[in-house]
Amino acid sequence: MDFLNAIILLLNYIFIPALTYGSQLALGAIFVTLIYGILRFANFATGDMMSFGTMATILFTWYFQSLGVSLGVLPTALIAIPFGIVLMILYMLLIDKFVFKYYRNQKSPPVQFAMVSIGVMFVTQAVVRIIIGPGDRRFFDGEKFIIKAREFKEMTGLNEGLALKSTQVITIFITIVLVSLLFWFLNRTKTGKSMKAYSDNEDLALLSGIDPKKIVLVTWIIAGILATIGGVLYGLDKSFKPFTYFNNMLPIFAAAIVGGIGNPFGAFLGGYVIAFSEILLTYAYKKFFMYILPQSMEPNSLVQLLSTDYKFAVSFSILVIVLIYRPSGIFKGKVL
Amino acid sequence: MRKNLNVIAAYSIMMVLILMVGIFQSWNIALSIFNLCLISAVMTMGANIQWGYAGLINFGIMGYTALGGLAAVLISVDPVQEAWRAGGFDILMCLWLIIVMVLVIRFILKNFKKSKLRTYSIAALIITGIIIIRVTAEPGIEKIEAVNPASTGFLGGFGLPIIFSWIVGALFAGGLAFVVGKVALGLRADYLAIATLLISEIVIAIIKHEDWLTRGVKNVIGLKRPAPYEVDLQTTDWFISLVEKFNSGKLSVIENLADRQGALNQLVIEGSSVFVKLCYSGLFLVVVIILLILTQKALYSPWGRMMRAIRDNEEAANAMGKNVVKQHLLIFILGSAIVGIAGAMLVTQDGLFTPGSYRPMRYTFLIWVMVIVGGSGNNFGAILGGFVVWFLWIEAAPISLFLINFFTAGIPETNALKAHLIESVPYFRFLMMGLGLLFIMRYRPKGILPEKIEIK
Repeated sequence: MDFLNAIILLLNYIFIPALTYGSQLALGAIFVTLIYGILRFANFATGDMMSFGTMATILFTWYFQSLGVSLGVLPTALIAIPFGIVLMILYMLLIDKFVFKYYRNQKSPPVQFAMVSIGVMFVTQAVVRIIIGPGDRRFFDGEKFIIKAREFKEMTGLNEGLALKSTQVITIFITIVLVSLLFWFLNRTKTGKSMKAYSDNEDLALLSGIDPKKIVLVTWIIAGILATIGGVLYGLDKSFKPFTYFNNMLPIFAAAIVGGIGNPFGAFLGGYVIAFSEILLTYAYKKFFMYILPQSMEPNSLVQLLSTDYKFAVSFSILVIVLIYRPSGIFKGKVL
Repeated sequence: MRKNLNVIAAYSIMMVLILMVGIFQSWNIALSIFNLCLISAVMTMGANIQWGYAGLINFGIMGYTALGGLAAVLISVDPVQEAWRAGGFDILMCLWLIIVMVLVIRFILKNFKKSKLRTYSIAALIITGIIIIRVTAEPGIEKIEAVNPASTGFLGGFGLPIIFSWIVGALFAGGLAFVVGKVALGLRADYLAIATLLISEIVIAIIKHEDWLTRGVKNVIGLKRPAPYEVDLQTTDWFISLVEKFNSGKLSVIENLADRQGALNQLVIEGSSVFVKLCYSGLFLVVVIILLILTQKALYSPWGRMMRAIRDNEEAANAMGKNVVKQHLLIFILGSAIVGIAGAMLVTQDGLFTPGSYRPMRYTFLIWVMVIVGGSGNNFGAILGGFVVWFLWIEAAPISLFLINFFTAGIPETNALKAHLIESVPYFRFLMMGLGLLFIMRYRPKGILPEKIEIK
């Protein structure tokens, strides 16, 4: 019984939250890695682009709520996502046309692209804050829990409760669907394959008649989808605040690089690597050991490797270690 | 003279702008803008050395600024004797453990060939070391943080004049840059940017949460000043007579003696804060000028030429026998040290250390906007960038308020859109910075004052 309790404890406080957070990071990381692989620059506007997509979705959510449209137990934001995505893609294409295209034609070095993306970051931040304000917004509606901790306890008679939030299930479900679609697209369709070819060797790809304009367009469209959905899922699970989204850029970068930059599958796994290590290293295991160890060996302290204040620092440290020992990432991306 | 015309013109315009703020808004605002412009100029000089001279991209400016600020705290605050008695021994033990650990790792690295075993044993050593250090430090840290947590709760500093911290801040930042440089300088440019950005976040996380050292988010307030205090000035005779002399024309108009005394008091209060700011301006100006002379000398020295050669063609420079790795590390340390000075100056001016306020937007990206806008590779350009961008950053709100009112003049005050726009005036500064950066990068990629290479 104690053993079961211990497992439920880990599930509830580590496994499920890490899986959710990891999915959100993974979507962002694939976004970063696609932009890096195909457009060849580190996009510092990642976090803010995600917040733009989320903002667009929130605006549509409010509109639908005012119309009285709802999905019942599911959050209204799910209907608003496609509209948010469209707005997001338009915004991205606009930026690409007025900003990035020029540098692409000039064949500027990646550093210059990175600097330009900082300009885009400032502008996007301003746009988001001017439109929706810098405040904390919750736009989740519908049923909050699938299983409540108390109900679970009553159901199973265990000491530990397992709370399953609907946002967690939605996040994991949508991530799985989206990522499998994406990998299907990249590996099975002609456009996807030509994107890969373009990413691997630009000159050869151009030589074999791949249209670079189409590749760039498709990349931005996929990026827009990923960024919006990633951002909305994060916002549904926690809350929407432009500043947090900007900060999320850092673990997302960490995930993309840890997984091997330019490698979408690596980025996907990298998100989970970062999320799990953040949560595993900062969780206080006292209760867990109380369940599995005999009474005499119970720990006095919290048995916490690092305080939760260092959550971000954990992912950055992992990144630094990976950069030193395996600069191409765990799953072999491009060598930096 | 003719060659430098654009430099002189640009700086004159900048000075006129600041003077206009002084005349139309208030001298207090003008001087506080000017002081922060000077501090920003020091930061941009640091970033410019790295980016302009050597092409190294350092997005960790925030971390070095914070370390400089930490130096200001550690130098100027009086030591908290009680805390030292309570937990000082444990902390010193930890320091020893860390030094021993580093030495052991160095020993292993030097004396054993590279192998899997070596890597794993070093990893094991670090992990066990961290656990031992935590176990040793825990009781000490708890005791220290328990000492009067409302006002101290940390070890304090050395109680020296805060000016010394400017040098110590440089040393701290340089030390961190040495470690970071050793780790990250081999990376390709944009990944160096990400790595330094993340490392600076780690530094901030440590400063924020190690309360025994920095008081963390509880902030350290009331740091000693190198300049006189306003309250003291207001009761000093020579200062009052100085203010009287300056404003004798204005005061003599007032007939009533009591009124005149009241007006004088008001002027003294205003004058005292202007005077204090002027003191800071003087100090900062000295630093800026010294650094400018040094960096200019360096730029036109053989060393500067070598750095440019390395920046423009690393392989060729390498083939000419220049040690690229070593020079990169050196310039990384030098630039970061200058940023450290700026961090210490900033805390000196504010008189308080707030770890929570170090955010990458303000302390990394804004500084980069300054460097790019001003002109990388040109010290005068970098300084000008610091001035222009900081000026705009502060004055963006009034400017955009004016513009909004101008363009929506026909729309009534109650219009929802207008009200919303006016409410979000503070965020137009981001828009201005972003657009400014994008335009400069597109149409004047070398900045307002581009780099000029003169062969003397």
